[in-house]
Amino acid sequence: MTATTEKPALTAGRRPPRLARRAAGRKRHSVVLNILMTVMLLYAVLPLFWLVVNSSKSQTALFSTFGLWFGGKFALWSNIHQVFTYDNGIFVRWFANTVLYVVAGAGGATLLATLAGYGLAKYDFPGKRAVFAVVLGAVAVPGTALAVPTFLLFSKLHLTNTPWAVILPSLVSPLGLYLIWVYAAEAVPTEILEAARIDGAGEFRTFLVISSRLLGPGMVTVALFTVVATWNNYFLPLIMLSQPNWYPLTVGLNEWNSQASTIGGEAVYNLVITGSLLTVIPIMATFLYLQRYWRSGLAAGSVKA
Amino acid sequence: MSLNPAVAAGTRAVPRRRNGPARRRRAHGRRSWTGWAFVGPFLAVFAFALIVPIGYAIYLSLYRQQLIGGNAFVGIDNYKTALSDPQFWASLRRVLLFLVVQVPIMTVLALLAALALDSARLRWTPLYRLSIFLPYAVPAVVASFMWGFMYGTQFGLVSRLRSFFGGHFPDPLSSNWVLGSIGNVVTWEFVGYNMLIFYSALRAVPGELYEAAEIDGASQLAIVRWIKLPALRIAIVVSLVFSVIGSVQLFNEPEILHQLAPNTIPTNFTPNMYAYNLSFAGQEYNYSAAIAIVMGILTVIIAALVQWYGQRTERRGTA
Amino acid sequence: MAGAAAGLAIAGALAACSSSGSSSSTASGSASSTTSALQTPTTLTWWAWAPQDKQLVTAFEKAYPKIKVNLVNAGNGTAEYTKLQNAIKAGSGVPDIAQIEYYAVPQFALGGSLVNLANYGLSSDKSQFSTAIWDSVNVNGQLVGLPQDTGPMTLWYNQAIFTKYHLTVPTTWDQYVADAKKLHAANPKEYITSDTGDPGFTTSMIWAAGGHPYVTSGSKDVTINFTSDAGTQKFENMWAPLISGGLLSPVAGWSDQWYAGLANGTIATLVTGGWMGVDLETGVAGAKGNWRVAPIPQYSSGTTATSENGGSSDAVLTASKNQAAAAAFVQWISTGQGAQISADSGDFPAATSILNSSSFQDQAPAYFGGQQINKVLAQASSDVLSGWSYLPFQVYANSIYSSTAGQAYTGKSTLTAGLQSWQQQSATYGSSQGFSITSK
Repeated sequence: MTATTEKPALTAGRRPPRLARRAAGRKRHSVVLNILMTVMLLYAVLPLFWLVVNSSKSQTALFSTFGLWFGGKFALWSNIHQVFTYDNGIFVRWFANTVLYVVAGAGGATLLATLAGYGLAKYDFPGKRAVFAVVLGAVAVPGTALAVPTFLLFSKLHLTNTPWAVILPSLVSPLGLYLIWVYAAEAVPTEILEAARIDGAGEFRTFLVISSRLLGPGMVTVALFTVVATWNNYFLPLIMLSQPNWYPLTVGLNEWNSQASTIGGEAVYNLVITGSLLTVIPIMATFLYLQRYWRSGLAAGSVKA
Repeated sequence: MSLNPAVAAGTRAVPRRRNGPARRRRAHGRRSWTGWAFVGPFLAVFAFALIVPIGYAIYLSLYRQQLIGGNAFVGIDNYKTALSDPQFWASLRRVLLFLVVQVPIMTVLALLAALALDSARLRWTPLYRLSIFLPYAVPAVVASFMWGFMYGTQFGLVSRLRSFFGGHFPDPLSSNWVLGSIGNVVTWEFVGYNMLIFYSALRAVPGELYEAAEIDGASQLAIVRWIKLPALRIAIVVSLVFSVIGSVQLFNEPEILHQLAPNTIPTNFTPNMYAYNLSFAGQEYNYSAAIAIVMGILTVIIAALVQWYGQRTERRGTA
Repeated sequence: MAGAAAGLAIAGALAACSSSGSSSSTASGSASSTTSALQTPTTLTWWAWAPQDKQLVTAFEKAYPKIKVNLVNAGNGTAEYTKLQNAIKAGSGVPDIAQIEYYAVPQFALGGSLVNLANYGLSSDKSQFSTAIWDSVNVNGQLVGLPQDTGPMTLWYNQAIFTKYHLTVPTTWDQYVADAKKLHAANPKEYITSDTGDPGFTTSMIWAAGGHPYVTSGSKDVTINFTSDAGTQKFENMWAPLISGGLLSPVAGWSDQWYAGLANGTIATLVTGGWMGVDLETGVAGAKGNWRVAPIPQYSSGTTATSENGGSSDAVLTASKNQAAAAAFVQWISTGQGAQISADSGDFPAATSILNSSSFQDQAPAYFGGQQINKVLAQASSDVLSGWSYLPFQVYANSIYSSTAGQAYTGKSTLTAGLQSWQQQSATYGSSQGFSITSK
C-alpha cells in the first residue's frame, strides 16, 4: 500500500449503468448459488439469532433449555428492565459513554482522515511517500504491546481514567486515510482545483466549498468504519479506565461476565446476553443506514477503463 | 456528483495555460506548505497516539526493571532473550499456522460470495449482502461470548450436536480443535467485510467490458477469469495485507475464550497474549516491549512480502 | 524512520522525569492520629469488588459523616491487581485503600506499596484473629493490611446426589476418591467435582496436606520446591489418579456451565473456601435445599488439618495522601463495626469473635436444608494450618499455571511434571526479577 504510481480507479461518476449489462444478459436465478449463499447467510446470522433467543430467557432457564430455541418463561422485557436498572443503572451510563466516544472519536477520525487523505491525494510535498509508509508501519506494531507505554504516557499527562484516554487514540484511522486518499485522487479532479486557484480561492476554502462535497460518499464510508471501530473498541479502554463510570459498553459487559467469578458475586449471564443484544442493535442500525454509501463509494482497486 | 456550475463555467471560460518552469516552481513551493497543513492534524494526533508510545516502547525495551534491584540499562539483552525464548517462538508458530489456514479460507469464501453477489443470479442480492456483512458490526468481545456459549459441551449448541451425532462430535475448545474454533470466530466476524471490499471492486468494472465479452461469446467462467479476477487483484492484496496483520496480532478472541478453556488457551497462546501477560501480570514491561517491537518488525516484513508478491503477480498479469 | 527517533527522544525525556519507584512506608502516624483523622473532612477512594462493600460504605459514612468513601469496582482479583500495579507504576490514580486477596499481599508489600499499619497502632488487633490469618497480612515483619474475609477449605456436597447414588460423605481422601469412581461409573455424566487446573485450588490443597513449597526469608531469598516437598507429594499422589481417570468434570470453574453443573447435580462436590455458601445461595438457586457442608477430607483419619482458599484483606497504599483516615477505615471494616456488617451481608468473617459468636454459628439457612453450616465453617477456620507463605510474585506465578501445570488436564502431561514445569518457570521469572531463587 505504498504510494504507487497506479491509481486505483474510482467509481464515482464514472460507472456506466449496470442496466446495460442486465439487459444484455439473461436474468436467470441459479439455484445452486442461491442455496450456497443461503447457507452463508445462516452461518452469519446464527449467533445473532442465538443472541435474540437467549435474551428472552431468565438466568436459570439459560442452563436448562435448548440454546437455539425459546424456553422457559418469556423474560425479554424483564431482562431489559434489569439491564437498565442493575447496579444503579450503570448500563445507561456505559451507553452514554459509548455514544460520546463514537461521536467524538469517529467524527474526529473521519475529519482528520479526510483532511489528510485529501492532502496526500492532491498535493505534492516533500516527505509525502514517507508519511504513508510511517503510518502503515506504526499500525503493524501490536496494539496490545503499545498499551503499557501509551498508558504510562497518558498517566503522566493525567489523562488516564478520562474520556480523552479513549477518544485521542481512536482519532487515528490509517484505513480511513487510505480510503480518502484513493477516493480523492479520482473524485476531485485536479482541474477544478486549479480553476479555483486561478480564481483566487484559498486552498482551505476550496476544500470546504468544493472538495468536501465531492468527497461525500468517501467520508461516509470512512465514518462507517470508524463508527464500528469506536463502538466496538475494547482493549485500550480496558487499560486506560479504572472507574466503571467511564467504561464503554464492551468493557462493561466483560466486567458483568467476569463478575460471576468473584466470591459472593452474582452470576448475571442473562444480563450479559441481553446487554450484548442491546449493544449490538444500535450499531447495526447505524451500520445498515450508512452501508449504502459504501456501494457508490470506494473500490480499492479495479480495472481502469 | 455535480460540479459547482460556477467553477465549471470558470474552467471553460479561462483557457488553461501551460505553466512555465518558474511559475511551476513557485506553485510547487506553495503547495508544499499546504499539503502539510492538510496532513498536519492527522499526523499530530498520530505522532502522539502511536509514534511516541512506540518510541517509549523501544526505550523501555532497552532497560530492565526488577522487583528487587531497580532499573538498569541492558541494551539488546531483552531482544536476545526474546529471540531465544521457546514460548515466544511457539506462540509465533501458532499464529503463523493460524494465518496460513484461516486467511486463505476466509479470503476464498469472501471472494466466492462477492462473485456470487455480482453474478446477478441471486434472488435476494441485497439481503445476502447485508446479512453476511452484519457480523462485522458485532464487537469481538460479544462475538467471543456468543461463540463461547455455543461451544459449550455441557449446555451449548455443541452438546446438542453431540447427542445428535452420538457423542463423537469434538469439543471445539479441546487442544486439537481450539485453533480452528478461534479461526471460526474470526472468519465469522470478517468474511462479510472482505466480501464487501471485493464486491465494491467488482462493481467498479465498466459495463463495456462485459458487453465486449458477450459479443465475443465468452462463457461466464471465462468472464470471471479474465475480467473479474484481474479487477480484484489489488483488492485481494489489500484484503490479504489487513488479514495477515490481524492474524499475526491475534488477541481479542483467544483472550476472551481463555476464560472458558484456560488450559487449551493458556496465557502464552499468541505473541500478543504473551506480551500482555508479561506486562500486566508479571510487570515485565521491558521484556514485553521487546517482544512487541520484534512482533512489529515481523508483521511489517510479512505484510510487505504479501504486498510485494501480490504486486509481482499483478505486474505479470497485466500483459 | 525519523518519526520513531523523535518519538524515542520525547519518550526518553518523559522517562527521565518519571517518578521513581516505590518508597518504603515511613512511620508517620500513630493510634491517636487515626482518631483525629476520622473527624477531619476527607474523601477516600476504595477499590473493592465484593458487592457487600456498598453496605459497609453506607454504614461507615453514617458513623463518620465527615468522611466520604468512593467505592470503585476496578475489576475482580487479577483485573484489579493489574490496574493497581499500573497505577502505582505510573504514580497516579492510586486509591487510598484496596481489597487485596491474601495470595497477592506479598507481591504488593514487597514493592513497598503498602503502608505498615503498625505505625497507626493497628498491631494490637492481633488478638482478634487466628495465627494463620494474622500471618497472611504480615510480610517481613510489617503489618500490611487487615483481614476482611476468609475462606477455610471445606467440603461442599450435594446431598441429593449422594443419596441418589448411595455415596458416603467422605472423611478421608481415600473415601473421596472411592466416591468419585463410584459416582462416575454409575453415571458417566456425573462427576465428583470439576477441576481444569486452578492455581488457587492447588496451592490450598498442598497447604492442607501440610506442604511448604514456597519459603521466603528476608526480602530476597525464595525457595521453590514441589519436587521433594512432602505435602505436595501427598496431594499429587491422591489427585493425579482423578485427573488421569477422567473423574473430574472438564468444565472451567466460574463459567456459566459450571454454575449450571452445580445446579443440576452433574458436579457433586466442591472442595473450596468457606465463602462458597453465599455464592451457592445467589448463583445456584436451582439446587436449593440440596447442598450441605462437611469438614474437608483428611489424609489419615483422625486429623483435622485444612487451609485457606481465597479471602481478602484491605490495605492502605503508600501513595495515599490520607493514610491516617484510610488506616482508621480499614480498622473499622476489619475489627470495628464493619466486621459484623460484613458478616451479616454474607462475607465469611475473619475475626475470631464473630466466628465463635452464637448469632453466627446458630444460623440454619434454608438453602442448606437447615444445616448449621457456620458451625462447620468456624471449626474449619480454627483448623487452618499455620506456617504457609505465598511467593512474592504469586500473581504472576498463578497466571502461568495454565501453560505449565494446566497441561496435565489436557492429557499432555502429568500433574507431577506439570508442577515441576510451573516451578521452573516461576523460578526463572523470580531470578529475572532479582530474587535469589533456590529451586529444589
